[in-house]
Amino acid sequence: MKLVAILLVALTPFIAAANEAQPTESDPIAAGRAVQLANELRCLVCQNQSIAESNAELAVDLRRQIREQIAAGRSDDEIVDFMVTRYGDFVLYRPPFKAATLLLWLGPALLVLAGFWTLARALRARRQVHAPPLTAEERERAERLLAAKEEP
Amino acid sequence: MNRFLIPLGIFVALAGFLFVGLSLNPREVPSPLVGKPAPSFRLAQLHAPEKQFAREDMLGQVWLLNVWASWCAPCRDELPVLVGLAKTRTVPLVGFNYKDKPEAAKALLKAFGDPYALSVSDPDGRVGIDYGVYGVPETFVIDRGGMIRQKHIGPVTHEALEKKILPLVRELQKP
Repeated sequence: MKLVAILLVALTPFIAAANEAQPTESDPIAAGRAVQLANELRCLVCQNQSIAESNAELAVDLRRQIREQIAAGRSDDEIVDFMVTRYGDFVLYRPPFKAATLLLWLGPALLVLAGFWTLARALRARRQVHAPPLTAEERERAERLLAAKEEP
Repeated sequence: MNRFLIPLGIFVALAGFLFVGLSLNPREVPSPLVGKPAPSFRLAQLHAPEKQFAREDMLGQVWLLNVWASWCAPCRDELPVLVGLAKTRTVPLVGFNYKDKPEAAKALLKAFGDPYALSVSDPDGRVGIDYGVYGVPETFVIDRGGMIRQKHIGPVTHEALEKKILPLVRELQKP
């Protein structure tokens, strides 16, 4: 009796997991696609988690939605489009490249370029600090001093 | 002089951006559905499950679709505001009971007052996904042609009603 109880408790996680993954468990490729898609999409309830990570009810519903659409033969792009038309680009962890996101995508590159430009300017400014060339008078004096030192 | 002006300028610009960022609400995600036709649906009515309601039934009038649930605390806060609005008979309110138990929803409406001309229930939240619902309460302003014109996220307050929602409703109701 005790053994049965222990076995039941030990098996509970498996029973729960089986329940969660039911629609795609027979097809590992579909299951992989579902997980991959869920990882690409942001949960709008807890905004710093993906749909795959979040346990919010909405995330559970959207995971179900993804599995159903895969089962219905929709492509990954179609499923992502489905989410974007409802929740906007915000659901994408990798936002599309378009006019509104130009700064987002090009900003880092612009900052690097600005950094190089500043560096180049600073280096050029440092080179100009070198002393100006000697005048003829100064050169003559220097040569005289050097010559005087060489003589014993 | 320039040496100090440039870093100071950068600092002021950055501080300005951060300050504006403080007052933005990251929970308010603009809906891509604004300006698009309200998604079609056909759902059972909350008080009469044998009868159905479709969004096409409201064509020809400006109306509000209020997404709510009995398990949602802010929904209780906005309910008195909505009851007040319903009394003025300015605009019909359709209640969209989202992922809720019909009994709990009906009990709440009985206790706090029912502002809705009609309520539908979406027990598994499927139509909610079509409307991009991610947190209740949410309120949609829908025009005569069935187009979503505004989405209000969070509870409807008197201020939101007077400053944001009703001006648009009056505008849309003009013949």
